[in-house]
Amino acid sequence: MHSTISVRNLSKIYDGGFQALKNINLEIQRGEIFALLGPNGAGKTTLISIVCGLVNPGEGQVLADGHDIITDFRAARAKIGLVPQELTTDSFETVWNTIGFSRGLFGKPANPAHLEAVLRELSLWDKRNTRIMKLSGGMKRRVMIAKALAHEPQILFLDEPTAGVDVELRRDMWEMVRRLRASGVTIILTTHYIEEAEEMADRIGVIHKGEIVVVEDKSALMKKLGKKQLTLQLQSPMTTIPPELADYPLELSADGNQLVYTFDTQGDRTGIAGLLRRLSDHGIDFKDLNTSESSLEEIFVNLVRSRT
Amino acid sequence: MNLYGIRAIYLYEMHRAWRTLMQSLATPVISTSLYFVVFGAAIGSRMAQVEGVSYGAFIIPGLVMLALLTESVSNASFGIYMPRYNGTIYEVLSAPVSFVEILIGYVGAAASKSIVLGFVILLTARLFVDYEIQHPVWMVGFLVLTALTFSLFGFVIGIWADTWEKLQVVPILVVTPLAFLGGSFYSISILPPLWQKITLFNPVVYLISGFRWSFYGISDVSPMISLGMTLVFMLMCLAAISWIFRTGYRLKS
Ligand SMILES: Nc1ncnc2c1ncn2[C@@H]1O[C@H](COP(=O)(O)OP(=O)(O)OP(=O)(O)O)[C@@H](O)[C@H]1O
Ligand SMILES: [Mg+2]
Repeated sequence: MHSTISVRNLSKIYDGGFQALKNINLEIQRGEIFALLGPNGAGKTTLISIVCGLVNPGEGQVLADGHDIITDFRAARAKIGLVPQELTTDSFETVWNTIGFSRGLFGKPANPAHLEAVLRELSLWDKRNTRIMKLSGGMKRRVMIAKALAHEPQILFLDEPTAGVDVELRRDMWEMVRRLRASGVTIILTTHYIEEAEEMADRIGVIHKGEIVVVEDKSALMKKLGKKQLTLQLQSPMTTIPPELADYPLELSADGNQLVYTFDTQGDRTGIAGLLRRLSDHGIDFKDLNTSESSLEEIFVNLVRSRT
Repeated sequence: MNLYGIRAIYLYEMHRAWRTLMQSLATPVISTSLYFVVFGAAIGSRMAQVEGVSYGAFIIPGLVMLALLTESVSNASFGIYMPRYNGTIYEVLSAPVSFVEILIGYVGAAASKSIVLGFVILLTARLFVDYEIQHPVWMVGFLVLTALTFSLFGFVIGIWADTWEKLQVVPILVVTPLAFLGGSFYSISILPPLWQKITLFNPVVYLISGFRWSFYGISDVSPMISLGMTLVFMLMCLAAISWIFRTGYRLKS
């Protein structure tokens, strides 16, 4: 059985000479949720745009459900739905007309029942006769999703689906993505957020500066990525770490005001509770505490380094 | 052939015109009526007949052509520029429609609108002057051919333009002057000999001449030459478009 999306030796140099993609190889399997994780400018949108036909590929080949996206573009594109990163809609049209247009454009005969189901699922049914310009940003984003689903695609690309979306809508979207997957749709989404990739994906591909750094099952990758730090602002500075805390991996800042504890978010227990108890047992007070993750950039740099 | 896709684009474009019906139809009808009042009634009453046709009737084919040209160009250029401008073009590019299908949808819609407009203006003209149409089939033929050709031209402009200014500039600075100087309001035989020669480089001369011939049987150049030149201009537009589509010029990076 062939992959749903197969990218082979794909490179892209934009006019002006900027190389956005460097020899990408990627296989995406039927029915999985694949997250493409990477910082700004990594090449996520470029990769998706090439697969969907918006950007000319440079070198290399892309197959969608076994169809070459150039020589057999009709068969390839008919399978694909795209929700682009930018909110781009015809503001003067109604929701209903715009999704009807999308379905026709993809070569499907009218099917009001399907469109109704899509709109209901996205809580847009009440807005079907509203002009898009009168909708809120979150609703517009859902219209974009409805347009992409209007022709019943087998493969759905979501380019940063949750950017600028509130927590509730984000939940709804994740729910919807899972339902789509359950109905057999393959989903490829991009994100900046490790948590989002973790929450949603079966597999994660990390892309950085136009290169795929790593592609792995979520759980395997999370082990590598899931490091967090707990920083404690001490009430009174220390000169050394007291021996009673020696069994914790702690670091003291140079000025002695901060104690930094590094832990694994994937572990069964983070050890934070024990550490805090130990601190209070020994009368070490702190003013404030916060946890932080290593930034994506740091993680990518580490991944790149660990690969070479 | 993705017929549903062509239909979707065509209907969507027609629906856009319907939404802006006032602008799409009323504006050209009003401005054409003004031309009749000013040129036909006011000035025309003091003008002699042109080759046996009253001046009011003489300018009708020219006025229809004037509206047809400007509206075809602006409809078609706006139709494709707008989705490029607001980004909705992404959907058309990602859909299983070929460039030819995209073209049929957009240009077909723009041309249809102009053709309807052409007939509306002919009906409006009826309110002002009596006129005859000696060769109705040719008349319709020239009307359709011109609408198509200049919608293709408009499509090229809509792809080439990367600002609103450029989009406006061609209809205002190129199409309208060519139409005015192409014999909308006069027979080019009244021009000095040198200007008559220069005028023959203006493609609109052939359109208006051929179109007027289909009404009154009088023309500046033979109708066959008119037809030939129109087809040549159409082929030039098609060549430009096929280059655009082959290279993805201004559509795909
Ligand atoms: N049309 C273009 N012409 C030239 N360079 C481009 C073009 N589009 C994108 N780029 C460049 O290619 C690189 C990758 O861009 P891309 O949009 O694919 O990144 P991304 O991973 O989607 O980033 P983000 O997370 O910010 O959306 C960037 O450096 C960008 O400046
Ligand atoms: Mg992007």
